Amino acid sequence: MPTLWFLIVALMMVAYVVLDGFDLGAGVCHFCVAHTGEERRQVLRAIGPVWDGNEVWLLAAGGTLYFAFPLLYASSFSGFYLPLMMVLWMLMGRGLAVELRSHLGSPVWRSFFDGIFVLASSLLTIFYGAALANVIRGVPLDQTGYFFEPLWTNWRVGAQTGILDWYTVLAGVVAFAALAQHGALYLVTKTQAEINLRARHFASVIWPLVLLLTLASLAATIHVQPAVLGNFQAHPVWYFIPVAVFGSLIVMAYQLRCVAADAAGAAKHEKAAFACSCVYLAGMLGGAAVGAYPEVLPARDPQYSLTIYNTATGAHGMRVGLVWWCIGIVLAAGYFVFIYRKFRGKVGAEAEGPY
Amino acid sequence: MDSALLIHRLHFAFTVTFHYLFPQLTMGLAPLIVALKTWALRRNDETWNQAARFWARIFGINFVLGVVTGIPMEFQFGTNWAHFSRFAGGVIGQTLAMEGMFAFFLESAFLGLFLYGEKRLSRWGHWSAGVLVFVGSWLSGYFIIATDAWMQHPVGYMPGPQDVQLQSFRRLVLNPWALWQYAHNMSGAVITGAFVMTAVGAFYLLSQQHREHGRIYVKVGVVAGLICSCVQLFPTGDRQGRLVARYQPVTLAAMEALYTTQHGAPLHMIGQPDVENRKIDNPVSIPKMLSFLTYKRWNAEVQGLDAFPQQDWPQNIPLLYYSYHMMVGLGTIFIAVMALAALWLWRGCLYESKPMLWVLLLMFPFPYIANTAGWLTAEIGRQPWLVYGLLRTSEGYSRNVSAGNGMFTLLGFLGMYTLLAILFLFLIRREIEHGPES
Repeated sequence: MPTLWFLIVALMMVAYVVLDGFDLGAGVCHFCVAHTGEERRQVLRAIGPVWDGNEVWLLAAGGTLYFAFPLLYASSFSGFYLPLMMVLWMLMGRGLAVELRSHLGSPVWRSFFDGIFVLASSLLTIFYGAALANVIRGVPLDQTGYFFEPLWTNWRVGAQTGILDWYTVLAGVVAFAALAQHGALYLVTKTQAEINLRARHFASVIWPLVLLLTLASLAATIHVQPAVLGNFQAHPVWYFIPVAVFGSLIVMAYQLRCVAADAAGAAKHEKAAFACSCVYLAGMLGGAAVGAYPEVLPARDPQYSLTIYNTATGAHGMRVGLVWWCIGIVLAAGYFVFIYRKFRGKVGAEAEGPY
Repeated sequence: MDSALLIHRLHFAFTVTFHYLFPQLTMGLAPLIVALKTWALRRNDETWNQAARFWARIFGINFVLGVVTGIPMEFQFGTNWAHFSRFAGGVIGQTLAMEGMFAFFLESAFLGLFLYGEKRLSRWGHWSAGVLVFVGSWLSGYFIIATDAWMQHPVGYMPGPQDVQLQSFRRLVLNPWALWQYAHNMSGAVITGAFVMTAVGAFYLLSQQHREHGRIYVKVGVVAGLICSCVQLFPTGDRQGRLVARYQPVTLAAMEALYTTQHGAPLHMIGQPDVENRKIDNPVSIPKMLSFLTYKRWNAEVQGLDAFPQQDWPQNIPLLYYSYHMMVGLGTIFIAVMALAALWLWRGCLYESKPMLWVLLLMFPFPYIANTAGWLTAEIGRQPWLVYGLLRTSEGYSRNVSAGNGMFTLLGFLGMYTLLAILFLFLIRREIEHGPES
């Protein structure tokens, strides 16, 4: 049963990163792909109707984590106190920027919220990458099951780690680049003309960087936390995940070329490239989940590690939860299909809606 | 008091109090907007449709603020109240996760469609989106109330060595405390929505603009306000009070500053609790009324604080007493004001009565105060327990987060929320100034 809930929480996290990831990525490349005020409105119109629903995946995943693994929630949220509070402030800034930008016509007002949007989105991607790296690398848990990490110590991966060290910063940069590309590819599918071209160019330029950073992060992860290889070696079938990660990157590059070459079928290739990016992100997170299982928060001193077994709630609660979770996820999936269909197609320059 | 404990308590109290300024209006406006929209469609009346759109815009701004100030609430269970989360997460995590799965997804999906998708939907399709937003926001309220109700009156759990585990899902979700608290809280939210709607209508009538809209808002607001103000007192407030008397008698004694157990206990309308001398100063009381209200018998015995060990008393008796009396006093004034306004409305002279319109305009902050005071009563009344009878507040906070770190983020939230409040007032003022016809 704990394994099933581990899977559920992991799936919800993947859904969050894939969905809200493109909102954040659109924020990262906002200034690069949209130059005029009108173009920036189009970027916001592309994510406007869906960003809030996407962010709900974070809350729903958090809530699910809370009830299925209470000790994990308690320990990690209090231990990562300072970065989480900053994540909160960034999430607040991003939400306000997207929703309030269009309330006034003043260019100063709009530029101000554009700036908040870019800054908050960019920092969020870096924080998310660093957070995941902290969970992979392990934290200084003691016998009480709690820890507290300062923002940084000596930037090395030692016994007294900080939130930021060379490894977690590297992961932050990986997340920044990968989500920027993800957001750009989403904008490619949702926009036309100039923005479409610039977004495509942005994705192509950043592609080699993403490839290099992915390789580097893979090497660094194996160096910092060799235990992640355990599950892969025991069950080689999981090696399909790294294959999918690199495969999706390569197909993505091919599809981007096709968009340029084949104007008639461009829309199809644009969607395929974005789908590759989704697979890439899901693969990166899935690989981390497989590497970590059954540990969910490794300790620097391995005997204190938190696993799905020593953090899980009682069996009855998990069984009951499964019933409503299945109903809830079907409903949620239904809303998402409905909303994405309602707002499908490219956004245009004409003024409809508020963004 | 341990300074880290105090800071973590202030942290949650401040962020949740500020947060609830927004949901109380969105939850209160949601049924009123659905009513406006229904009327517009059935009568095919464009003015009512404009009215629904105008209030949906106000709703939208409040919703954004509610969302951004709401995210920190879920996080803080883990960041600032880790030991509580570990202890109770297996039970209240259920209701909190369900809020995400059943309420937030619904609300976030259909609010955008309701606000901006009118052209993409049929008329009744748009109406349905409004109804779904209403359902989503009220479901969200239920899951939060069920969570709080479990902390007030824990049911359906099984104690373990370090935590509690779920034993009965049905009892958790159908906690009798939750049902009455929900009814009381939601009618309180509609009171806020109704008073705000009335105040905007009164403002338009007094300033001689958008008069047709002004009349609609005053009419809808006064009718909804009168109904909910009455429901707030009876049956919901009455039943909530009886639950407190039954399950938290020490809280009732502290709310009334009743230090000694007595038969035929009086109800203090006014007076200041004197904690040191254990009495009440300058009381204006109705003899035997407290006994009657609590047990429906004039001579019933009501337990005073002296019947309980002092370590189980709520620590801040004056604040509890004043919050409770403020809530009840304001609730009574709401009934009086709305009854008077309804009488004027019925006689057909409300829209021209300047003094009454001024009263209705100036009343709008008070439901916010009453709702806040009500929540203070519930949460201070629960002290010294975090989960009543099971976990003390002093055992629940994150001991690995120091007072300094807590202070840093508390100050951060204070600053940030001050800016948010200014931004909010600025945007709402703009909407009201632009008016419903733009």
